[in-house]
Amino acid sequence: MREVYLDYAATTPVLPEVLEAMLPYFKDAYGNAQSLHNWGDKAREAVEEGRGKVADLIGGEPEEIIFTASGTESNNFAIKGLAMAQQAKGKHIVVSAIEHFSVLHSAKTLEKWGFELTEVPVDKYGLVDPDKVVQSLRKDTILVSIMHANNEVGTIQPIKEIARVVKKTGALFHTDAVATAGVIPVDVKELGVDALSLAANQFYGPKGVGALWLKKGARIIPFLDGGVQEWGKRAGTENVPAIVGLGKAAELAKADMKSRIQRFSALRDKLIAGLPSRIEHVTVTGHHTRRLPGNASFCVEFIEGEAMLMLLNHQGIAVSSGSACTSRALKASHVLIAMGIPHEVAQGSLLFSFGLANTEEDVEYVLEAMPPIVDRLRQMSPLYAKFLKGQKGGRK
Amino acid sequence: MPVYSEKVMEHFMNPRNVGEIENADGVGEVGNPVCGDMMTFYIKVDNNHISDVKYKTFGCGAAIAVSSMVSEMAKGKTLEEAKKITPALVAKELEGLPKNKYHCSNLGAQALNKAIDNYLKKQSKTAKSQKGGKK
Repeated sequence: MREVYLDYAATTPVLPEVLEAMLPYFKDAYGNAQSLHNWGDKAREAVEEGRGKVADLIGGEPEEIIFTASGTESNNFAIKGLAMAQQAKGKHIVVSAIEHFSVLHSAKTLEKWGFELTEVPVDKYGLVDPDKVVQSLRKDTILVSIMHANNEVGTIQPIKEIARVVKKTGALFHTDAVATAGVIPVDVKELGVDALSLAANQFYGPKGVGALWLKKGARIIPFLDGGVQEWGKRAGTENVPAIVGLGKAAELAKADMKSRIQRFSALRDKLIAGLPSRIEHVTVTGHHTRRLPGNASFCVEFIEGEAMLMLLNHQGIAVSSGSACTSRALKASHVLIAMGIPHEVAQGSLLFSFGLANTEEDVEYVLEAMPPIVDRLRQMSPLYAKFLKGQKGGRK
Repeated sequence: MPVYSEKVMEHFMNPRNVGEIENADGVGEVGNPVCGDMMTFYIKVDNNHISDVKYKTFGCGAAIAVSSMVSEMAKGKTLEEAKKITPALVAKELEGLPKNKYHCSNLGAQALNKAIDNYLKKQSKTAKSQKGGKK
């Protein structure tokens, strides 16, 4: 059976070059980067080389990079750490309604700790309006966090414009760039942000390693207390192989970015054009042009995402869905709901995300596999039956 | 993939008795698309026995497997027997359901129950109107 992985937004594989670069640091150069002997020196050099490469990817300085264990940790660290450090100035924070849970839930935790939270809405394309951010700002706003691009619907936010208006108030601005760093050009200076999160497993690096870029001078409360690693901001023995992998993946992503964007966009556009033309009542979610290169997300009406996902998996196709049934919490994607998509439509959400192994044949395979799957589930859907009856009734 | 038993997977891939019954003797609809699952059960009743049962289901793999299993369990049973089909029994027949999917199993038995009640209600109405006619 053909196997087509179309879930690169969930995670990417580790590139062979990245794995090669990592391997020596498990077995031979296994020293602790804090140790003051040759073993330690080797590990430390590797960590610093990785730091330089990550800084280079996003246009920052090496000393502004703090390694973490994931994008989630970077986001938790930024939201809680920056808010706690600024609380003498105020207790109001602002996030968008479609943030990743690692931002949203961190913000809600802060609310429990006595901070005040404003969620900025998005439009039907998942876009944050900078004016809406301005309206949400108060004298005591200390932190604003808006994601660079949404992982579910692919919408890329006007971060530069938002950062500009936030900066005027003196509040700090963080962006969750987990979906964009290593995928599309990200430059911290151009974006004008104060803090930025990224994760290696979104661009062919290993899982379990990420980074927080924190602008020089920005104060943050450490998330993990302990030793002096990462300037005392993030204690814990450095995960040397993972950091090396992140660095190598960053280097390759930067060098290969243009061609990756071209390839993924072409596949994305083919699916975005093809699926709604082959299947009725399929809508593309997210923005038409301000969109991640590898993101093709849809809502298929009258049927549910998990059932589609299972039948696709049966044909060797791996995708994601934002339906209630696919979430442990049994709630439809907060992103789709925030975009004003009705619950029953959001239940039919499907996300195809492209990556390095994909070809045009993969898209064709999906375009052939989907119609019978949708048809099969619609034949047993009471919603579809009702819709057809309504149509007949309307025609009379 | 969600952690489903082989039995659930088998019913999901090959659901039995899918469809609608025209002029069904009883219809039961439960759930709503907001929570993710919705089922409509149709029954034909013959001499107090469920002679035919069909359904339409909007929902996840578990919801579809549950509907299929309930339809199999109900077919041929007397109304009293069919009313004794509980979510727990359905889950047992399916060799278990994931904890967070258990509400789907609730839905199948509930929909069947509603269809039976719908039939009984209609029956008592007809009986009443017949009685009324005799007067």
